[in-house]
Amino acid sequence: MTTPLLDIQNVTMKFGGLTAVRDVSFTVQKKDLVAVIGPNGAGKTTLFNMITGIYEPTIGSVVLDGLPLNKKMASEITDLGIARTFQNIRLFNNLSVLDNIKIARHTRIKYSFFDGIFKTKKYRAEEKMIEEESIKLLALFNLDSKKDLLAKNLPYGAQRKLEMARALATKPKLLLLDEPAAGMNPTETKELSELIHFIREEFQIAVILIEHDMRLVMEIAEKIFVLDYGNLIASGSAKDVQNNPKVVEAYLGAEI
Amino acid sequence: MDYYLQILTNVGIFITLTLSLNLINGYCGQFSLGHAGFWGVGAYASAVYGVYFALPIDPALNMAIALSIGFVAAALCGLLIGIPCLRLKGDYLAIATIGFSEILRIIIMNTESIGGPRGFTNIPRWSNSWWVWGIALAVTLFMLNLKRSAHGRAIISIREDEIAAETMGVNLFRYKLFSFIVGAGIAGMAGSLVAHDQQFLHPNNFSFMWSVCILVMVILGGQGSVSGSIVGAVILTILPEILKLIGSNVSTWRVSIYAALMIILMLTRPQGIFGPHELFEKKRLKGVA
Ligand SMILES: Nc1ncnc2c1ncn2[C@@H]1O[C@H](COP(=O)(O)OP(=O)(O)O)[C@@H](O)[C@H]1O
Ligand SMILES: [Mg+2]
Repeated sequence: MTTPLLDIQNVTMKFGGLTAVRDVSFTVQKKDLVAVIGPNGAGKTTLFNMITGIYEPTIGSVVLDGLPLNKKMASEITDLGIARTFQNIRLFNNLSVLDNIKIARHTRIKYSFFDGIFKTKKYRAEEKMIEEESIKLLALFNLDSKKDLLAKNLPYGAQRKLEMARALATKPKLLLLDEPAAGMNPTETKELSELIHFIREEFQIAVILIEHDMRLVMEIAEKIFVLDYGNLIASGSAKDVQNNPKVVEAYLGAEI
Repeated sequence: MDYYLQILTNVGIFITLTLSLNLINGYCGQFSLGHAGFWGVGAYASAVYGVYFALPIDPALNMAIALSIGFVAAALCGLLIGIPCLRLKGDYLAIATIGFSEILRIIIMNTESIGGPRGFTNIPRWSNSWWVWGIALAVTLFMLNLKRSAHGRAIISIREDEIAAETMGVNLFRYKLFSFIVGAGIAGMAGSLVAHDQQFLHPNNFSFMWSVCILVMVILGGQGSVSGSIVGAVILTILPEILKLIGSNVSTWRVSIYAALMIILMLTRPQGIFGPHELFEKKRLKGVA
């Protein structure tokens, strides 16, 4: 068996007396497209925060390509190849759409600080390349015509797309999407599901998706993990999960 | 004529100072309220060199040495305060930097060898308009080019959203510390220019009120805008002189005028004259107010 791309080993996250995630383990292989579902407050975002180094797990570890991520800073983890979007969109609002993408290239920059200050040849050559690649990436998301708009002035759906494009600009092996369909109408959601498929094929990366929209999840995820009150209560294909009594209970219970 | 030349020199020095705070406050989004402290460190450090250790060489060379000393001394203070304080968020940093600059002022007040409360006199006059405007120009170019480099973008992303910046691979602490040290160092150079221009320093020239004045210049022009810092520094350096012509007592009016200006600004244009953008950038960027 090959090493999995992402190996989550018995992670627990406690906030004071509250256990947001309890002893969760699962693996993700290269180019997998999986989903994490569960009622509000189940610990899904907290799981993403542990994977990306925003929080360090209280117990357990996250391993990327055989490399444990404990004690690594969020910025180092980005460098190692994990990128994400946020449930509440976090763009660089007062910067242009293009600059949002350029910032994401940060860890891949080769020219030095002084190259930048004195605008050396090396700086100009690399910046030109970054600009071209960034515009190419924006074009994949139909955002190239909006490159000079301030990020905050984009419509909501375009902001979500820009956040995904920005995450991809870090050149990740694994992309984490936190409720990308939140606030979208059915047409936009359909478009999104195609976009996620396209991303995986185009960039050859694994995707983990947190989503409430069951239709979207059932349609695109090859494997689903279900969290409830911080516990992993089920995992498997869409069908397995749908028929699992624990899952039904968690969802119905949450709605009463 | 001398009077106008002095105002012009002050404008140049304040442009440098305002830009240096803009790096910390406008680019990186860190709220420092002790900037006059770094200015003072640079001024006193290079004055000490001028009074006690000056080499018998060309004044221009001595000025270059004094500027380096001003930069290094203030940058070191930036490092010492930055390491513990930049891990703190928002208000804590502001309070810690006020504390630093006040402590520094009290230390200077109580150090006889640098004049104590009487002020530091007999500083050699090495500076001139060329130095003042040369430094202002160099710092302006530095800030503009930084903004368009990957390192500058990383710093600015911290201002926009720390968590997103971190997730884009930006090492928050390293870039905050960098901005803080370089911003402090440049303020130190401005101090060196003051010392070797006026030939006299007094600890009260670097009090909390001056930190506020520099901050107001940054905010008036627009946090993050180089054009803004220049315009802010020009307006707020010349305004008190105009008031003086009208005949009011400047030192009492200055603070009230600044306060009134800030209130008007916050009500009508909270992002400052230019916002975070530049003079000629607005045409390129769409949808900028
Ligand atoms: N930084 C934090 N401090 C304290 N409690 C937190 C923190 N982050 C999340 N929580 C709590 O952890 C639980 C799980 O939250 P979250 O992971 O955001 O849920 P989900 O994304 O599944 O809706 C919630 O009860 C939430 O209030
Ligand atoms: Mg969530």
